[in-house]
Amino acid sequence: MAQETFDAIVVGSGISGGWAAKELTEKGLRVLLLERGKNVEHVKDYVNARKGPWEYPHRGERTVAMEKAYPVLKRDYPLNETNLDWWASDRDSPYTELKRFDWFRGYQVGGRSLMWGRQSYRLSEYDFEANAQDGVGVDWPIRYADIAPWYDHVERHAGIAGSIENLPQLPDGQFQPPMPLNCAEEVVAERLKSHFGGRRRIIPGRNANLTQPLPGRSPCQYRNACWLGCPYGAYFSTQSSTLPAAMATGRLTLKPWSIVTELVYDRDRRRASAVRVLDAVSDKTTEYRAPIVFLCASALNSTWILMRSATDVWPGGLGSSSGELGHNLMDHHFRVGASGSMPEMADKYYFGSRPTGFYIPRFRNLFGDKRDYLRGFGLQGGASRQDWQRAVRELGVGGDFKDRMAQPGEWRIGATAFGEMLPDHDNWIGIDDTRADKWGLPVLKMHCEIGENEKLMRRDMQNDMAEILEACGVSDVHTFDNDYAPGMGIHEMGTARMGRDPKSSVLNGWNQVWDAPNVFVTDGACMTSSACQNPSLTYMALTARAADYAVRELKRGNL
Amino acid sequence: MADEDVAPVTINRREMLKRVAALLGGSALVGQAALLAGCERAAEAPPATGAGVGLFTADEVALLDEMADTLLPETDTPGAKAAGVGPFMALMVSDCYWPDDQRVFRDGLVELDERTGAAHGKTFMAATGAERLAVLEALDAEQYAATQARADGEPPHFFRMMKELALLGYFTSEIGYTQALRYAETPGRYDPCVPYEAGERAWAPHA
Repeated sequence: MAQETFDAIVVGSGISGGWAAKELTEKGLRVLLLERGKNVEHVKDYVNARKGPWEYPHRGERTVAMEKAYPVLKRDYPLNETNLDWWASDRDSPYTELKRFDWFRGYQVGGRSLMWGRQSYRLSEYDFEANAQDGVGVDWPIRYADIAPWYDHVERHAGIAGSIENLPQLPDGQFQPPMPLNCAEEVVAERLKSHFGGRRRIIPGRNANLTQPLPGRSPCQYRNACWLGCPYGAYFSTQSSTLPAAMATGRLTLKPWSIVTELVYDRDRRRASAVRVLDAVSDKTTEYRAPIVFLCASALNSTWILMRSATDVWPGGLGSSSGELGHNLMDHHFRVGASGSMPEMADKYYFGSRPTGFYIPRFRNLFGDKRDYLRGFGLQGGASRQDWQRAVRELGVGGDFKDRMAQPGEWRIGATAFGEMLPDHDNWIGIDDTRADKWGLPVLKMHCEIGENEKLMRRDMQNDMAEILEACGVSDVHTFDNDYAPGMGIHEMGTARMGRDPKSSVLNGWNQVWDAPNVFVTDGACMTSSACQNPSLTYMALTARAADYAVRELKRGNL
Repeated sequence: MADEDVAPVTINRREMLKRVAALLGGSALVGQAALLAGCERAAEAPPATGAGVGLFTADEVALLDEMADTLLPETDTPGAKAAGVGPFMALMVSDCYWPDDQRVFRDGLVELDERTGAAHGKTFMAATGAERLAVLEALDAEQYAATQARADGEPPHFFRMMKELALLGYFTSEIGYTQALRYAETPGRYDPCVPYEAGERAWAPHA
């Protein structure tokens, strides 16, 4: 079998893998970056970025043919005509749902960094202490102080717009200027200050879109068309940010169409000795060797690779000696909140499409508040004037109706809550040996559901938002719960958690697999608890931190 | 009704709620099932007025064009026919509707003529502008009431479907986007608060 050798191998080119490639190459290592899907070249391959809706046959909507081809993706917004090429094929890569689990994947260079929501929030000391305090799951092996400098590091390079708020539950960062609240949001934010003891705050969303230029990248042009790929490189993606930095070192080798099928394990050295790769096009198998391997294949796929590795030593795979590999699967539960209208704002409007909104940081179970559930939620929302789509619900036909519907409608304001999901051993993934994907590889099976804690939290998630709106004089307030299934948040976390003890965790405090210290897992798989903040910024920081450690250990001869 | 239940969230991916889902205002409205499901057909060649489209003959497409142009006529800005709404509706029903909903829609097309005949003694195509408008006003009131009273699993009123598709077709057409609405492909800046004078047209978002 042909073999090539590198200083480090990174599996997966999304948010985490891009960061691993950047950090390791910049520290002098020759890095092989493996991506299971196609290449997507920055700007050149953003083929729909300039299109108007009329340039799509179905104006961006889904056809029946699309629904049949994407039985999972059709369950939520990702199935659409505008960026379908960036969502993985359900037919090529099926999985087994012992319980419903929505798995929306991006199999290409850049992964889901091309389509992500870009909301970027730090975890706080409360989050890192939570498991230990509540006796839930296992304790995080790190605290906020361990990761804070790495949040600084990644924020500076990624470019995060945000405001300084001095909130202990949502630490400030190295921000570019925030994208401001609009008039209606500003009014409500101001009124909110005099309610609820000032504990509930509306702040500008913190998002990975530039408000100031960075090298090779322009500031946001307020198109809010991010998920088509940005011709200005104005939002953080592998392509706009980490890949060019890694390429600039001259030490990166990027190989698309490379499906990692397992890590070859050397039981004597207790190290991974090689990465076995199936060429997705030619079906040819190759092995690559390196002293360090970073698994950044997305939470569930990194765990899938571990489960298929070292099975001669541990039938459950590398990391399964803990009994926790594949367990403690988490997501953020959401699709619940409240909205209302602000008719008094009819003489106000806005210009430009802001690719973010407002954020209400967590206020439950903090600062002396105590609920009948653990943890909490943040709320993400916005205010805007209704568009022509309201016309469907209104009575009317004819010219006056048409002209009226072409004008902005009333102001609406609302928010959706994103809630923490507790780690639970009974929420797990495993390998389903009875089914194979397009490449003949066994698929994953999922067994996950929200528990009593999340169900109790969901009441507050809508009622609290309604209460906020009503307290601030918003009219016609309605709550909603549009149902949630695990995975819909596209925030898969856990299944190879970090911890302090190899008997109850898969990774140590540096993201090293206990049973193979030269294997680092730094994507969502490593999360010990989910907190309620959008997690990608934390993967970036953990990855940069682990890369720094890995290179130091390598130089010391410990890997 | 669940219409109001969707927050006007202007944030993250989730704001990219399918245009239709937003259009329909949530999971409980008519036509969502229709638009989110459908038949086996893949996209046809771009439709052109004067030709059959998908399941629809040239005459049926012409009837859809006239119906849509009555619903959304030329004012200071062009109407639905100029925006190609008839062929668009035919394409959407052919490619994106389930057979059951296709049947409701197609039966509705026949009923449109029957209603016009009962009220005015002629086909919709032969009716005057005022007669056509009167027919649609009656159908609109009927679909509005039917939608309010509609139980889960019941098919939507055919005119609800037609209205949805006509609005979608018009306001996402190039004419709708750039003439009825205002469109800046690259706004270049965000003004969070500007005065609004009654009558000014709305800004269209990027696709």
